[in-house]
Amino acid sequence: MRSYLPVPTRPTPRPGRSAASTRHIPFQTAMLAMPPIISVSNLSKTYGSGFKALNNVNLDIKRGEIFALLGPNGAGKTTLISIICGIANLSEGSVTVGGHDIVRDYRAARSLIGLVPQELHTDSFETVWATVSFSRGLFGKPKNPAHIEKILKDLSLWDKKDSKIITLSGGMKRRVMIAKALSHEPQILFLDEPTAGVDVELRKGMWEVVRTLQASGVTIILTTHYIEEAEEMADRIGVINKGEIILVEDKAGLMQKLGKKELKVHLQGRIDAIPASLATYNLELSDDGHAVIYDYDTKGDRTGITSLLNDLRNAGIRISDLDTRQSSLEDIFVSLVRQV
Amino acid sequence: MNYRAIRAIYLFEMARTWRTLLQSIVSPVVSTSLYFVVFGAAIGSRITEVEGVSYGTFIVPGLVMLSVLTQSIANASFGIYFPKFVGTIYEILSAPISYLEIVIGYVGAAATKSIILGLIILATAALFVPLHIHHPWWMLTFLVLTAVTFSLFGFIIGIWADGFEKLQMIPMLVVTPLTFLGGSFYSVNMLPSGWRTITLLNPVVYLISGFRWSFYEIADVSVGLSLGMTLGFLAICMALVWWIFRTGYRLKN
Repeated sequence: MRSYLPVPTRPTPRPGRSAASTRHIPFQTAMLAMPPIISVSNLSKTYGSGFKALNNVNLDIKRGEIFALLGPNGAGKTTLISIICGIANLSEGSVTVGGHDIVRDYRAARSLIGLVPQELHTDSFETVWATVSFSRGLFGKPKNPAHIEKILKDLSLWDKKDSKIITLSGGMKRRVMIAKALSHEPQILFLDEPTAGVDVELRKGMWEVVRTLQASGVTIILTTHYIEEAEEMADRIGVINKGEIILVEDKAGLMQKLGKKELKVHLQGRIDAIPASLATYNLELSDDGHAVIYDYDTKGDRTGITSLLNDLRNAGIRISDLDTRQSSLEDIFVSLVRQV
Repeated sequence: MNYRAIRAIYLFEMARTWRTLLQSIVSPVVSTSLYFVVFGAAIGSRITEVEGVSYGTFIVPGLVMLSVLTQSIANASFGIYFPKFVGTIYEILSAPISYLEIVIGYVGAAATKSIILGLIILATAALFVPLHIHHPWWMLTFLVLTAVTFSLFGFIIGIWADGFEKLQMIPMLVVTPLTFLGGSFYSVNMLPSGWRTITLLNPVVYLISGFRWSFYEIADVSVGLSLGMTLGFLAICMALVWWIFRTGYRLKN
């Protein structure tokens, strides 16, 4: 994918750097120090049926970041997005977008936002060009064919611009929806489950688009229940469960804070049981008897690895290989959601 | 005012008209021509004159109104129901536009379509019978007011409906009977006095009567009353639309 055009008010990323490496260039650091672009305060939502979808949510989104909202199905992710974007009414609390209250000053707030909903809602009989141009008009922007052309080219939709949407594949329709959301040059992009039902290649392409967008200064909030996606993309991660935000953390910090590591010691021969002399290590024997697995905490002063290796040798066990694995965000997530 | 948004919605809806030209324009014209053949030629040969004009000529304003009423409701109800049905309404709700602008876009386009249709039917009628319009400006005023009012009414139905059946129910079971019984094909004065009183409860009588007056200066009720009833119905529809958007009824959770 080609680089995405920068939003005019933002400095252009330095040339010659990959999208991923532009994350820490100075202007973005400066943007992160600015007041939050979205501020959610004491937000609650109770549906007519009495179901409480959101319960006293407080959340700040920093300017220019990629924020992943992670949670199981029915946790309240889509409800939260719908309220911020104006599709659902809030019951209690308040939300500001770029400093504008979403109820009192809805025009200013909504102009800043592009929304790509989870479901593929499209006008089947419209052409790609017409539907994307319609979105731009709806947001009150003057016509700008060059901008629409750029978006369609960036999203590899240019050769489909005159096709009716009904003739497109699911992945293309998803990209049409992204193009619609970007048509009015938003500063914030909401992607609700952007890669649900999308194949691996297309998912990678989508991630690339998101990164180049961030490099051009757009703040991105994505919801997902694919942990891999949050792990790959996000600067910060919020975990929502049963309508409550249970954690917001830098991704790296989160991984480090809760991260456990696993050491797998491959053996030259096969053993039937863990020798009694190694009982204190709480080792696990692999199914085939050719490896032992040791869990340790990376934060601890002593990991116990050195003494384990010594004791293995003393027990007459010969080692053929070692590998370690960081626990994934998925492990962290599962343990978090279980705790609630 | 977000004029560009109004324009976008209006042009989007009008584009739908041109795309479905057969359904939107041609089919009402064909059905109106059939009415002329059946009522004008078959019945008209037996009823020669109604209040000084030939029967074929007499039914023209009623036929135009019949189409304008049903098409306004159909266009506007479908225009707002369809985005709700396929889910594209999310974009309208998340755009920086006011409720008034949404209504102007959708109702404006639906009304435009039915006004165009009304004029086409008039032109078609002129091929069958001699037409003379005494008060062209009043004719246009009644046409526009009726188209706007019933487009608003259709908009309300489109928001209220949560299935295609409901979408069809009001036009089929309420509006069409009221139009047929509202003096499209006869003068209310031709009815026995008991029926005449009942007929005067039908709001469509006032629309058709006023519209017919602008053509031939013959009316079942006074023109002032016709205008008053039309404006009253417009006001009721506006109040209902205002309430819908204020509460988010069937649009927002």
